[in-house]
Amino acid sequence: MSAGWLAFAALFWLSAWGLNEWLVRVRPADVSAAHAINIAVPVIFGVTVLAIWEGAVRGFGVPSILLPAPSMIWERLIASLPTLLADFRQTFLKAVLIGYALGCGAGFIAAILIDRSPFLQRGLLPFGNFVSALPIIGIAPIMVMWFGFDWPSKAAVVVVMTFFPMLVNTAQGLAAASSSEKDLMRTYAANYWQTLFKLRLPAAAPFIFNALKINSTLALIGAIVAEFFGTPIVGMGFRISTEVGRMNIDMVWAEIAVAAVAGSVFYGAVALMERTTIFWHPSVRGG
Amino acid sequence: MTVEDTAERRVAITSVRDSARSLRAFAETIGPIFTVCVGLVIIWYAAAILLNAPWARDQAQRAGTTISGFALIAQTMAQLRPVLPAPHQVIAELWDTVVAKPVTSKRSLVYHAWITLSAALLGFALGTGLGVLLAVLIVHNVAADRSLMPWIVATQAIPILAIAPMIIVVLNAIGISGLLPKSLISTYLSFFPIAVGMVKGLRSPDLMLIDLMRTYNASAAQTFWKLRWPGALPYLFTSMKVAVAISLVGAIVGELPTGAVAGLGARLLAGSYYGQTIQIWAALFMAAAVAAVLIGLIGWLHRLVLGRMGMAA
Repeated sequence: MSAGWLAFAALFWLSAWGLNEWLVRVRPADVSAAHAINIAVPVIFGVTVLAIWEGAVRGFGVPSILLPAPSMIWERLIASLPTLLADFRQTFLKAVLIGYALGCGAGFIAAILIDRSPFLQRGLLPFGNFVSALPIIGIAPIMVMWFGFDWPSKAAVVVVMTFFPMLVNTAQGLAAASSSEKDLMRTYAANYWQTLFKLRLPAAAPFIFNALKINSTLALIGAIVAEFFGTPIVGMGFRISTEVGRMNIDMVWAEIAVAAVAGSVFYGAVALMERTTIFWHPSVRGG
Repeated sequence: MTVEDTAERRVAITSVRDSARSLRAFAETIGPIFTVCVGLVIIWYAAAILLNAPWARDQAQRAGTTISGFALIAQTMAQLRPVLPAPHQVIAELWDTVVAKPVTSKRSLVYHAWITLSAALLGFALGTGLGVLLAVLIVHNVAADRSLMPWIVATQAIPILAIAPMIIVVLNAIGISGLLPKSLISTYLSFFPIAVGMVKGLRSPDLMLIDLMRTYNASAAQTFWKLRWPGALPYLFTSMKVAVAISLVGAIVGELPTGAVAGLGARLLAGSYYGQTIQIWAALFMAAAVAAVLIGLIGWLHRLVLGRMGMAA
């Protein structure tokens, strides 16, 4: 039985590998087939990883408290959907989204405010660059003390984590418009705000979207880790830390699956927004 | 006035002008940063007074007295467990735990910082190795490129910091404990920027240079060591700066679930359990200092190596 599972995993791996090696060498004539191959290759790889995981766990008889099989995690996910949904609502819809909106908004506005003062820019930007590299997550215990156990403290952590990347990127983006473009605006007798809205903000858009993308992953991590320092009895971070304590590793993996899907969808949504908003920009147009 | 005189004066004037220019450049970079820092300290003191005042008033009321003016301000600066400790309190705590305590003491912040730093550095080294290996594989194998790259991006969608507790507990269960579990979290976090940066770097030599290598009849290994690797080094150092910062974060978060035994993360957790805000802030500043030193070191290495290679860093 166990040897059978191992053989299945090995066979699946070899055949998928062979299939991928073949697929990347095919030169299809029409564009849609090429597009399908581009999607199929990573999908096959992902399915292979799952199959090897399943086969290895069953084949070697790994105890489920160490590493549960994907099928087991899936069953658990379906069985405890209401709990997962409640956690998702608490952590993602409240802490992450609100904190993300506030943090990115504040960073953006701060960048616009210091835009007119080169002095403040020279002072704040190196500072912001430095702070973005720091383990900001460490302020979580302080925020829990200040804002209590519920989601506002987690949102506060997310605000601080997302603020500086947004500030630095927006400031960089506002400097991206070339001087000949700015001169053109001056010959049009455009005032500061016209230049800002019609030239410099559109030119800054790729930088701003870059920050939005970076922040989408930071926000989720910040909210979950902040829950380790104290929460009400709901939330993804809370669930992960308590279920680890109770050795329900399959539940932890189910929660991780939810977090991974939520994070990917969040990132994908921002990326999609980028493609639809700045479709004219070379970085998007070039593909 | 002789000719030499004029020449001398000209030299003197130029040197004065040069030093004035460098002074101005110095003032232009340091001045604003200094001003911002001073501004932040002032805001911090104001916030400390505002946030700590309610507790001081409450205490005074319980004692049946009222407190106001300078006495109130003095009180907000000297609380044992303030809502927001004043900067000088944090500095005093840092001095006390960094300089005044022996390094081997469990109350020394240097001891805790070293534990976190060693885990972060081991994880960073492993992550850099793994990232470079993956990048080499991706650059040299089309199937690996197409199938691995999307999943390398997808691994970062899993909030690894969130599952750090599970990794630590599970690894402990199979007998791996101590430095390695924390390091593995750092590895997982730090391999990503390295892999992405190195793929970009190894592909950075343009087609003409690669064609040149081909006309030299260079083997794949020769092309790698003499063209691709040197070309990728600037990318490697830039990615390493990002990676070392997040491997430190990984090590700190990795210390949270082990029950606050030792390390900067443990200091944070213990501080939050017992309401020791000054201790939390001191640990935060220590973490910031360690991060700054690590990034500075890599920046220095960056300039040194690229300087020796004749590239402008």
